[in-house]
Amino acid sequence: MSIFEYNGSALVAMVGKNCFAIASDRRLGVQLQTIATDFQRISKIHEKLYIGLAGLATDAQTLYQRLVFRHKLYQLREERDMKPETFANLVSAILYEKRFGPYFCQPVIAGLGDNDEPFICTMDSIGAKELAKDFVVGGTASESLYGACESMYKPDMEAEELFETISQALLASVDRDCLSGWGGHVFVVTPTEVIERTLKGRMD
Amino acid sequence: MTKAAIHVPPKGGFSFDLCRRNEMLAQNGLKPPCSFKKTGTTIVGLIFQDGVILGADTRATEGPIVADKNCEKIHYMAPNIYCCGAGTAADTEAVTDMVSSQLQLHRYHTGRESRVVTALSLLKSHLFNYQGHVSAALVLGGVDVTGPHLHTIYPHGSTDTLPFATMGSGSLAAMAVFESKYKEGLTRDEGIQLVSEAICSGIFNDLGSGSNVDVCVITKGHKEYLRNHQQPNPRTYVSSKGYSFVKGHTEVLTTKITPLKEKVEVIEGGDAMEE
Amino acid sequence: MASKQHANWSPYDNNGGTCVAIAGADYCVIAADTRMSSGYNILTRDYSKICKLADKCLLASSGFQADVRALQKVLTARHLIYQHQHNKQMSCPAMGQLLSNTLYYKRFFPYYAFNVLGGLDEKGQGCVFTYDAVGSYERVVYSTQGSGSTLIMPVLDNKLKAPSPLILPAKDAVTPLIESEAVDLVKDVFASAVERDIYTGDRLEIVVVKPDGIRREFIELRKD
Repeated sequence: MSIFEYNGSALVAMVGKNCFAIASDRRLGVQLQTIATDFQRISKIHEKLYIGLAGLATDAQTLYQRLVFRHKLYQLREERDMKPETFANLVSAILYEKRFGPYFCQPVIAGLGDNDEPFICTMDSIGAKELAKDFVVGGTASESLYGACESMYKPDMEAEELFETISQALLASVDRDCLSGWGGHVFVVTPTEVIERTLKGRMD
Repeated sequence: MTKAAIHVPPKGGFSFDLCRRNEMLAQNGLKPPCSFKKTGTTIVGLIFQDGVILGADTRATEGPIVADKNCEKIHYMAPNIYCCGAGTAADTEAVTDMVSSQLQLHRYHTGRESRVVTALSLLKSHLFNYQGHVSAALVLGGVDVTGPHLHTIYPHGSTDTLPFATMGSGSLAAMAVFESKYKEGLTRDEGIQLVSEAICSGIFNDLGSGSNVDVCVITKGHKEYLRNHQQPNPRTYVSSKGYSFVKGHTEVLTTKITPLKEKVEVIEGGDAMEE
Repeated sequence: MASKQHANWSPYDNNGGTCVAIAGADYCVIAADTRMSSGYNILTRDYSKICKLADKCLLASSGFQADVRALQKVLTARHLIYQHQHNKQMSCPAMGQLLSNTLYYKRFFPYYAFNVLGGLDEKGQGCVFTYDAVGSYERVVYSTQGSGSTLIMPVLDNKLKAPSPLILPAKDAVTPLIESEAVDLVKDVFASAVERDIYTGDRLEIVVVKPDGIRREFIELRKD
């Protein structure tokens, strides 16, 4: 078993029209045993910037703490929030620093930049950025998510339709992955508001 | 300094503090990931009558899955030097970024255009230092005061100087095209045509390469980056109906809506502080 | 010589490819791409993975094509014997059982083949059987096997299962899609899978089995 499959996870982010959505499953397991069913995999960096960390949960939490710390330092120094592009570069640099002893997690970053341009990005565990214009996925259910998103995604969706699409893609995918599931957690961020929803899904 | 300073950035270099733990995890049967994101790639370069042309496909793979359908593999090194990267994506990206910043500093210091050999030496010494563990296979091309140059750099740090070069998993397919059609003194259009053909040969015959063709033409005092010069692989079928999910299709347990605060913009008044 | 040298014998290869089958009320759609590959090489762009075993029974298989060919040969031979003995063609469920037995017969040196069997049963209804390499099988409404199966399965689930698996009673065993919708869905899921799976591509072969005969259709897929 790969270390990435130890806790199990599913992460996906999608771009809509002037908005984005980021979603994850809610299961935390130790291999096949479920430990928690309300696990938070997506964290807020600031109002318009979210990061989801798939992979080994202990590394995800450590990495998240370091990222928050670095973001706070940036805020103090610059008196502004980080742009998503800048933040992605920061995450990439932190991961690549540990090229030969990596954190076992795969980040998915989504944010609204200047002029409310949506930005999404994912990386592998050593910080190779992958910028996409449509959707990015991560975690143990990533193959299923690629298939689901590739079929279901349409460009320029409004917030509500984006929510339905990302939710259906997520739920369809985690149902075919043993290591993730137990419903979902979705954030839809528009320039004016953040809609945070928990989804009902199979509990097995 | 105190412990907290450890997390503060500017020191550079790799950190090995998780290596022991990761080794322990591996011993306990939790395999470390064997595949990072790779650019199973076709990258090529050739020298034509007034400069250098570089070419690359745009597929990044993670095992058998395409991670990125349209990534950029021709990296900026200096205004007159570009570099194609194959191998582990993070390594090619990091090594080219690092060297390009060193070149920029060098230009600030000397006030002269960077030379291709400088980039070559910096790249190969870095790669040699890491004995092949930084797995970047590069095709470096540029035009400087001494004319056009094309080099290939292997992950262990050895280099070649060639009139035409290929690298990556599609290198044989691309080299087949070069070997049969390359000649000295190609014109610009012939050069671009040949590079595209070589990349297409990689795209279609090597599963690690795919999607579009990127080309970069560097001549004396001028460069042209033709991103997605050819797009020979559009999606073949789009469902006539498509997916449309109506609102309320998904079962929702809880909803929380947080309105975002309007950003207050500070407008400088007429009698702002004097300098 | 201190230690014994073990021969590094590996009799298997994976030639990739993806198969899909969907059963309807009076039809069955069986589809597979026509790429055969090995490692990062394409061996051929025009290799049919679908084998007609009987008039109303087709087998689509991915995996190791040498084993697949051997398996197809065994099944065809067994079917010929059956025809001589019973003076009729095998039904699809009977072929399903035969395939399972044939696979399990080689339990400890398996055929490296991932099969989907599709066709019409005695009542003229669509039926699909899905297998693992050693003969465990199940009659289902739709199935996919092969290198792109993980990408396709959630989409089929989403389209062909009840809107939520939590809603009871579950939907009928045969898909509510009409034939043209099922064919459209198959084309769409393949076009999606080809975008992300490097072992699937080139051409899509779709076979529709209906009580009045078989229709074959091809569409082009990405060739990179």
